[in-house]
Amino acid sequence: MLQEEEDLSLTIAHIVQKLKGSRLYSQLERQAWVSLQKPEIKLESLKEDIKEFFKISGWEKKLQNAVYSELTVFPLPRHPAAPPEHLKEPLVYMRKAQGSWEKRILKSLNSMCTELSIPLARKRPVVEQKELLNKWNEMGTDEPDLSLFRPVYAPKDFLEVLINLRNPNYENGDHLNLKTHLGLIQVPLKVKYISELKEFFIELSLNTGQLGIDDATQVPPELFENEHVRLGQKVLAEQDSAAAQQYIRQGSPTALRAELWALILNVSNQPEDLLYYEQLKSNVIQHDLLVDSLIYKDVKLTASNDDYYFVFEDYLYQVLLCFSRDTSVLGHFAYNSASPPKSYIRGKLGMEDYAVFYPPNGVIPFHGFSMYVAPLCFLYHEPSKLYQIFREMYVRFFFRLHSISSHPSGIVSLCLLFETLLQTHLPQLFYHLREIGAQPLRISFKWMVRAFSGYLATDQLLLLWDRILGYNSLEILAVLAAAVFAFRAVNLMEVTSLAAAEAVLADLSTLKVMPLLQIFLFATIT
Amino acid sequence: MLIGQLAVRLQGLLGGVVFPAWDSRTTEDFYAAAASAMSRVQVPCHIKGAVALQVGDVRTVQGRPGVLVIDVTFPTAGPFELQEITFKNYYTAFLSIRVRQVGSPNQSSNKWITCLRDYCLMPNPHNEEGAQDYVSLYKHQMLCDMDKVLELRLILRQPSPLWLNFTLEELQFFQHGPQSPSSAFTKWLSHPAPYEQPALLLQQALPDPDKVSSEVQQMWMLTEMIRANRTTARIGRFDVSCPAASALSSLALIWP
Repeated sequence: MLQEEEDLSLTIAHIVQKLKGSRLYSQLERQAWVSLQKPEIKLESLKEDIKEFFKISGWEKKLQNAVYSELTVFPLPRHPAAPPEHLKEPLVYMRKAQGSWEKRILKSLNSMCTELSIPLARKRPVVEQKELLNKWNEMGTDEPDLSLFRPVYAPKDFLEVLINLRNPNYENGDHLNLKTHLGLIQVPLKVKYISELKEFFIELSLNTGQLGIDDATQVPPELFENEHVRLGQKVLAEQDSAAAQQYIRQGSPTALRAELWALILNVSNQPEDLLYYEQLKSNVIQHDLLVDSLIYKDVKLTASNDDYYFVFEDYLYQVLLCFSRDTSVLGHFAYNSASPPKSYIRGKLGMEDYAVFYPPNGVIPFHGFSMYVAPLCFLYHEPSKLYQIFREMYVRFFFRLHSISSHPSGIVSLCLLFETLLQTHLPQLFYHLREIGAQPLRISFKWMVRAFSGYLATDQLLLLWDRILGYNSLEILAVLAAAVFAFRAVNLMEVTSLAAAEAVLADLSTLKVMPLLQIFLFATIT
Repeated sequence: MLIGQLAVRLQGLLGGVVFPAWDSRTTEDFYAAAASAMSRVQVPCHIKGAVALQVGDVRTVQGRPGVLVIDVTFPTAGPFELQEITFKNYYTAFLSIRVRQVGSPNQSSNKWITCLRDYCLMPNPHNEEGAQDYVSLYKHQMLCDMDKVLELRLILRQPSPLWLNFTLEELQFFQHGPQSPSSAFTKWLSHPAPYEQPALLLQQALPDPDKVSSEVQQMWMLTEMIRANRTTARIGRFDVSCPAASALSSLALIWP
């Protein structure tokens, strides 16, 4: 009892400390001063009157949303004896694996840099700056020579690293015994059983209405859809983050989705945010980074070739180039097992005073990175808002998909969850695929790393991402991957090679996400 | 003399007012403050090596022992009141603790009592959950009073055969510390040094000490306020740093 009180007061103090320097704090202070002029505020009961004023004017809601956002994003304060690395990742061998993976990436980047003799960063000449400023809204028309660039790594390289991940304290026999896993992932992380998943995803159950199922044309809208839309409008009017997160578990109506996501991610369009975005834009114009070429290459290879997203090519440049210069992203490395690479000013190797993070936001893009942004372009048309939403989504969810960690939403846990679900519920299929040399994870890994972006139809993808936001967890990606395999099980039982299995699962664009999830979780006989 | 002391101490104060950009040092201060509020003092201990308990002959029996015993003695400290135990877990699933205390005067020998029974460190012994966590155990979680502790025996259990080793690391034991004094500053300023040699000051035509001390008090309050408002939120809207022009042009990306 005493311990919980202490923990609670530590959490409260922690959050207060974080919020004290934020813009919200100064706004609240200013509002309090202004409210003193109002006749309702009496000197005798000053504290209660001001609190009442905040409640009525909606400022208390904003504070509640900020606190909720802090609680969701940041892990609880750690044990006093635990070093900061423990907060990033508690398991030592995973930290080491992440460290050596990062060394490999940096080596690859470095070698590309020296091969092509291109500087990591350079200041643009004034002429070039003017040109870029004029072309800012149509950077897609630019056709720089990117043939010599190659992506730093692709998801399949990352999969190889995960397959070789081993716990030194774990009995990894060389021969197959009862203790080795049949799948590719060999680390014994905690993953949810299907009964736990059923409880966790209770709002997706058969007797609860869902958008994606109960808004089909055959279903009369009075049954569910109209009421759900009305409820959504009410939630938006209240401006309550927690309520919005609960609401969106049943899906979000298309018209309300943009605002709902902004509410859940606690992103508001303040003039300071616009100013910040303009600042980043001017940084892009003044300096040219090597990662810019990597971003160009990635967009040209992935999003521009996609039927749904090629129209947003210009937006993607505007967001991603600014993203790599945003140093506020460095804050998420406190709870990310990855660490930002450092580079040193020429001649001052090893001196901490001359170290900078490269790229400024610490994130090196890989092949397919731009697909995280592409679906958001359907919702937000203003670059600064689109940018903020993407940044929030990245520092809450997407970073877990490409770093090695034991977090339940980390990619290692997702892979293990996928394999466990498949083994438990489709043992024949799993065995058959394993026998023909087509380990299921080899096919589904690329779906999960990209959060299914580029594989599903856009409306289905947005319904899936609704649930990611609603449950604040990426586990639904693993469940969907298993559900897709369950759906195509009959065809997969007849294939005889990895290539044929991949061909069966090549096209997911006709799939409807919510019925698949519902059937797999709640209607499969176990 | 008084003013010189004031200036030196103010410098120290102001030097501590820094807005951090991105680091976790402020969280450190937090925990240091919390720890000092809890006022605990580490007790030096001697931890004997873990002894495995196994049925049968160690050489011939296959399989790993699932029970380890760690004895902890406190040779330098006498019987003390145990406040807190902290450690880093390494794949131990369950922990039991037995304690031997100074008994009542009429008892001849000191008996071992179990003060913690099967405390679960890993909810599922086969999974990694909780396997490398930092844990604190407090006096109020124990089954008996821990007033006069002489020796402790930690019994570690790991029933799962999947793990090669298991143990507890960084064991530390704490007892109640003295009442934490209020911050040195407040004492210093609320009880200013008595008037020493006022005649000397007047001769040197220095400003009135009362006026100076009240101004200093105001300044101190301001700096304390700023210090209390020290925050981990980012201030800078304009501190976007981009690597300098040619300085990074040909460099080695070093992994720290």
